[in-house]
Amino acid sequence: MPFYRAHVLVCNGTPCILKGSRAVQTALVDEIKKKGLENEIKVVETGCLGISEVGPVMVVYPEGITYCGVTVNDVPTIVEEHLLKGRVVERLVYKERTASHVSAAAASRSREQRVVLKNVGSIDPTSIEEYIAVGGYEAMGKALTQMTPLEVIKAVKDSGLRGRGGAAFPTGLKWELTADAPGENKTIVCNADEGEPGNFKDRLILEGDPHSIVEAMIIAGYAIGANKGYVYIRGEYHQSVSHLERAIAVAREMELLGEDILGSRFNFDIEVFKGAGAYICGEETALLESLEGTRGESRMKPPYPPTSGLHGQPTVINNVETLANIPQIIANGAEWFASIGTEKSKGTKIFSPCGDVLYPGVYEVPFGTTMREVIYEMAGGIKSGKDLKAVLIGGPSGICISKEDLDRQFAFEDLPPGAGALIVIDEDKCIVDIMQNCAKFFLHESCGQCVPCREGTKRLYELFTWWQGGAGSPGDLALAQSLGDVMSVSAKCGLGQFAATAFRTSLPLFEEEYRAHVVDRVCPSGVCKMNNGCESEVV
Amino acid sequence: MKSLEDLRRIREQTLESMKIRDNAAKCKIVVAMGTCGIAAGAREVMSAILDELNKRGITEVVVTQTGCKGLCEQEPLVDVCKPDQPTVTYGYVTPEKARTIVAQHLVNDSIVGDWVVKTQ
Repeated sequence: MPFYRAHVLVCNGTPCILKGSRAVQTALVDEIKKKGLENEIKVVETGCLGISEVGPVMVVYPEGITYCGVTVNDVPTIVEEHLLKGRVVERLVYKERTASHVSAAAASRSREQRVVLKNVGSIDPTSIEEYIAVGGYEAMGKALTQMTPLEVIKAVKDSGLRGRGGAAFPTGLKWELTADAPGENKTIVCNADEGEPGNFKDRLILEGDPHSIVEAMIIAGYAIGANKGYVYIRGEYHQSVSHLERAIAVAREMELLGEDILGSRFNFDIEVFKGAGAYICGEETALLESLEGTRGESRMKPPYPPTSGLHGQPTVINNVETLANIPQIIANGAEWFASIGTEKSKGTKIFSPCGDVLYPGVYEVPFGTTMREVIYEMAGGIKSGKDLKAVLIGGPSGICISKEDLDRQFAFEDLPPGAGALIVIDEDKCIVDIMQNCAKFFLHESCGQCVPCREGTKRLYELFTWWQGGAGSPGDLALAQSLGDVMSVSAKCGLGQFAATAFRTSLPLFEEEYRAHVVDRVCPSGVCKMNNGCESEVV
Repeated sequence: MKSLEDLRRIREQTLESMKIRDNAAKCKIVVAMGTCGIAAGAREVMSAILDELNKRGITEVVVTQTGCKGLCEQEPLVDVCKPDQPTVTYGYVTPEKARTIVAQHLVNDSIVGDWVVKTQ
């Protein structure tokens, strides 16, 4: 293998690509060739470095200098000055906080602990060799050759890992139920249909470290006795799809997928299935329907997928982030994993703060970290120094909290993190406006199968729109509340059950503001039109 | 790939080429690449060093560049720093001398006294 004196890691996360990192990379390769440095300097494309707001980003090793906001016009300067003459181009250097492994020159983000994201941004996701070099497929090898399926399940159970998709079901238990269920063709499905607004953590894993998912699925398949895995991936995630498909193809080529993996007599293969953009298909039973080729609508539960899933066979459905923890648990042991986090919430959680924060991005922290730390220390606080009003934890289907709760810890026993989205809302925004926006989303995404959801989402949207137009009446608050209560207990699946959660949890916090809209017909933030419904959108 | 041993072999091979990305203490060769250095042939020296390292399969070394050090007359200049040893600066380095420096200083740990400009 040739020795390169420098490696240039060019971020190829979706945000950077949108800002032109592909063109920068091409220009860089050309410029390096032009200077005759192609045998000395290696250009590596890598997953998101986590600072996409200043993209396109690149890191030059051995110095570990991070350059941000690099344009094609800057490339000749970087090559001439830094790569040829060894002089750092100061004006482009990123000096803000960033993950310590990304850049030695920048201060490390406080409290960030990378378990799931440890390879993202530091290896080339299209190179299986680099994944293997950082310990990849070692856990799979260990599981397949030195452990029984029962031992694998026990390790996952002992680790205390719980689902990261929002429902927080104990992963080991799910695996055990599936392994014990009678059935010939068991399946493992990775739920990569990351459709909740505000969530973008799975994308980072799929783009930056796709082999970790391949490895985790092989381990899961071995543990539950499945020979087939599916990744149900959001169709819009083009980069994730291509990286994952490439990873699967290379793994097949190297016989890490296929028959008799590493001489263990275990056969396993993975297929990628692209979703068509329906939010409901992130719900596990609707996802299975979609996989089977029928309309994406949720099923009656029970039976749950561990006993009757894909084609009526026992099926495990795990979120991307959940699976990404598995190789680490097997490689480092359940005890190691259980030592991270709080007493009841083990491991780390990836958060994706967005909205009115200074540095939206993806941050991985151990459970027990407070919301204040994530929003103020890591994400840089509220943009333009305003005050925090509310945070939607987990996105529109999550709970709404106010600044009183800033010091609560993220943990299943305190503040449940949902899927990890933190939609941060500053003091200038109107709570009714936010809720109307969320309601519009659910109205659009409701599959229409059950009445509470189909009708409930529509009526909620209608009410919020009336309030915004100053056409509310005093009884509306109680009406909306009871509507939300009914939806939460009678809707068939999670979509309808949680569609009113944000409103129901925000009502006690912002009752005055709601009352101002409904009773006094004024919007304290000055956002709503209050035109007596004259020009409000026809519902 | 048929066994865990195959996996570990790939791992070790690739890890070598990725060592450059961690900042652990290791040997460092610095080539002065100011205008004066380049004019005196620093590019060729750099290429020779990299080629020699490649031939010998040495990866535990960082090769980097620096600007003009003010000793333009003695360019090309090459610094060799090894952990816990003083930095040695060589002057009037040619590609051939560079190869000798890699062999003598880096590998055999014996400083090539005749070409030393400065030790600090």
